[in-house]
Amino acid sequence: MTWTWFHRLGSPPYVYALARRLTPWFGWSAALLMLAGLFGGLVLAPPDYQQGDGFRIIYVHAPTAWLSLMVYTWMGVAAAVGLIWRIKVAHAVAAACAPVGASFTAVALATGSLFGKPMWGTWWVWTPRLTSELLLLFLYLGYMGLRASFDDTQRADRASAVLAVVGIVNVPIVHYSVVWWNDLHQASSLTLAGKDTIATSMLGPLLVSLLGFTLYFGAILLVRLRAEILRRERSAAWIREALA
Amino acid sequence: MIQFHSWAEFWAMGKYAAYVWPSYALTGVVVLLNVAWARGLLRQARSEAQRRMALQEERT
Repeated sequence: MTWTWFHRLGSPPYVYALARRLTPWFGWSAALLMLAGLFGGLVLAPPDYQQGDGFRIIYVHAPTAWLSLMVYTWMGVAAAVGLIWRIKVAHAVAAACAPVGASFTAVALATGSLFGKPMWGTWWVWTPRLTSELLLLFLYLGYMGLRASFDDTQRADRASAVLAVVGIVNVPIVHYSVVWWNDLHQASSLTLAGKDTIATSMLGPLLVSLLGFTLYFGAILLVRLRAEILRRERSAAWIREALA
Repeated sequence: MIQFHSWAEFWAMGKYAAYVWPSYALTGVVVLLNVAWARGLLRQARSEAQRRMALQEERT
């Protein structure tokens, strides 16, 4: 097996050009799927037999909660790759992930609160799922704060990467919290084993939304990554060509 | 199948309008803000890089 693809992904000019080429594909397919998911979730899916039309919050709550965990995983893995192989592009990926992840973690918490009030009768409970998701937000904010406290990008990269890698422990805790503990939060509606606890007519829009939000994150990450690379590659000759 | 018979019924969302619409509005706003934010960062990084290159050319 050759590792040329891996080495190429460590090269800023290559990644910059690749990101520019991929962005429209991610962006437009995301827009299409998100709009389809929006229509499906708000209009086509039948009301829940217990939660009525209130359950439609799931079509924004589940995708944003999914993003909060997926983005952190990307950030943690990219930071680890950056630490282990000293790849600058990997650190740039991690840095580009954090603000996006933080904003969607906040949205997941807020939409969860708006879901909890009518269904549970409370905006907030200190159960494992909610508490670990709040910790996730603090991990993102801590990562961003730590980065901001260094003037030197390389030192910021290394210090913040350690925090990002250690914080990965929290990702399975958030995900499995509703399995490991008796949480007020319901268990996952989707399983890889295919034993979904959700009707097909409700599942369709949810899957479309999840895929849409995932591709959306891809598009945002690619744009942010290009900005990060330009900022880091101070005087590289290739930038002259890339900007021409 | 479309689940609502009128716009009024759609906006009412059962009795959950006060929870459903703020959830969708907030998500929509953050989705759009992230697009604007990312594009703004790229624009800014580009113009800074261009300024840097212009300075270098002046020196040489």
